Amino acid sequence: MSEERVSTVAMALARRFGGEVTQDNNQTVLRLPLEHLLAAVTALRDEFGFQVAEDITAVDYWQRREPRFDLVYQFFSYENAGLLTVRVAANEDEPVPSITAVFPGANWYEREVYDLFGITFTGHPDLRRIIMPADWEGHPLRKDYPLGYEEPQFTFNFDEIQAKKVRGRR
Amino acid sequence: MLEPIEVSAEELQHLVSERALKGETVLLNMGPQHPSTHGVLRLLVELDGERVVNVVPDIGFLHTGIEKNMEAKRYWQAEVMTDRMDYLNPIGNNLAYCLAVEALTGLQVPPRAQAIRVILAELQRISSHLVWLGTHLLDLGATSLFLYTFREREFILDIFEMVSGARMMTTYIRPGGLWRDVPEGFEEAVRGFIKLFPKRLKQYEALVTKNPIYRDRTRHIGVLSKEDAMRWGVTGPMLRASGVAYDTRKARPYCGYEQYDFEIPTQESGDVYARYLVRVAEMRQSLRIIEQALDNLPDGAVQSDDRRYMPPPREEIGVSMESLIHHFKFWTEGFSPPKGSAYAAVESPRGTLAVFIESDGTPRPYRVHVRAPSFANLQALPVMAKGAMVADLIAIVGSVDIVLGDVDR
Repeated sequence: MSEERVSTVAMALARRFGGEVTQDNNQTVLRLPLEHLLAAVTALRDEFGFQVAEDITAVDYWQRREPRFDLVYQFFSYENAGLLTVRVAANEDEPVPSITAVFPGANWYEREVYDLFGITFTGHPDLRRIIMPADWEGHPLRKDYPLGYEEPQFTFNFDEIQAKKVRGRR
Repeated sequence: MLEPIEVSAEELQHLVSERALKGETVLLNMGPQHPSTHGVLRLLVELDGERVVNVVPDIGFLHTGIEKNMEAKRYWQAEVMTDRMDYLNPIGNNLAYCLAVEALTGLQVPPRAQAIRVILAELQRISSHLVWLGTHLLDLGATSLFLYTFREREFILDIFEMVSGARMMTTYIRPGGLWRDVPEGFEEAVRGFIKLFPKRLKQYEALVTKNPIYRDRTRHIGVLSKEDAMRWGVTGPMLRASGVAYDTRKARPYCGYEQYDFEIPTQESGDVYARYLVRVAEMRQSLRIIEQALDNLPDGAVQSDDRRYMPPPREEIGVSMESLIHHFKFWTEGFSPPKGSAYAAVESPRGTLAVFIESDGTPRPYRVHVRAPSFANLQALPVMAKGAMVADLIAIVGSVDIVLGDVDR
């Protein structure tokens, strides 16, 4: 699919759902309001032939912008090799509709975003942490989460570090 | 001592069937240190006798926070971390990252560097498929092929060592080109390999392709339909084995792949055997690409001369004050791409590998995200494994060709 064709699709969706189309380096970006995400994504699959949500991630603009998060979706069409980037903004405690009903492959990507950014998805069939341990506190990819380090646990300092960990958990 | 982590049964109830709650099926824990899981993958398997009712993959054991770490590094430092993600494909990881940085900055890569990138990426694809072939057969009990495939992989790693000084963590491809030009003897070494390898590939095929035990264990096993493969975002040889002729190198060409004449091998059956056939055919196509790239290897520079994002050449530093200052500032402060984001995809041996970078105009990336092919491919494991025998599960996991460093990052 040529760039123009992707732009036409993006323009059509932008008109229908009140979005905005921009060109960002090699991406055609369609910015949508959060409430129309699910409807627009369904239209992408059913009317415009985008078969797969290739990638889903988020960007945290902590203390730089409100709403705090941007969700970045990359949709791909195998038939004509078109790639469309969809961005929606979400506040910190604002739930985002899950697109797993439309694209099942989004399942693990949404779990990853939930795990690392703490964004909740409504209607997700299995929203658990995927990469961090189940009892982990905090969401590591948020900008207010410091880049720390973990002291390696050897036999000589095992109990000492374990005591710290248990204290931290309570 | 370690305290057990408390997870309530209600939280995990939806993962198993009703029968498991009544005690009619068995829940079996496989991994995270089972040799056939190719790293640290844990599978929660629900079994009815020897039949697999459901599989729940549990990942994250190899999570090293690479994406978070990259946000704290400068652009040229962050590249070093990409080597460590998919440790069977460091050249491809470098390439995806560099393409994303080049899209952000608008750096133009000279044709010689493009051709060398293609040669190395294809060699890397062959070496990764060789590791897959050896370990997959090892899982199924065929020990001898493993020794042969690792012997051939050694030739490729020697070529990497020759160009970059490292066998695996090369960081040879840099934004704007390459670290330096290839040394003398590179062309002979690669030509030696492409002369030798087709014969060896024939020997492997003689051992495996018509082997009745291998065929019995892999045909009609772990079938993934075309529709399922597309819906679940599966890419690479798995997608092509399910009958979709999609290859990032053809559909979204990068590094001048559009100049090379090669085919996309596909199979219709979508089972473990089809994935084997596709990967072996891919190694042949990679050889074709390498040969064409070597025949038409252009002369010239291997680095862009855009001084906003590139260091000055070594010989200028001794004679030009400005170059010395630039050199110092470049390696201490780094370079700042303009604000914006970029997304670049390459065809890794496992599928579509893409890097998303968001820049805020400072020398450190504001956000880096890697779309790892193994992550999406592993997601389709329950679809393939439902209804299979527990021994087939090993063959199916092997055929996905997961690299846990790639899944967890």
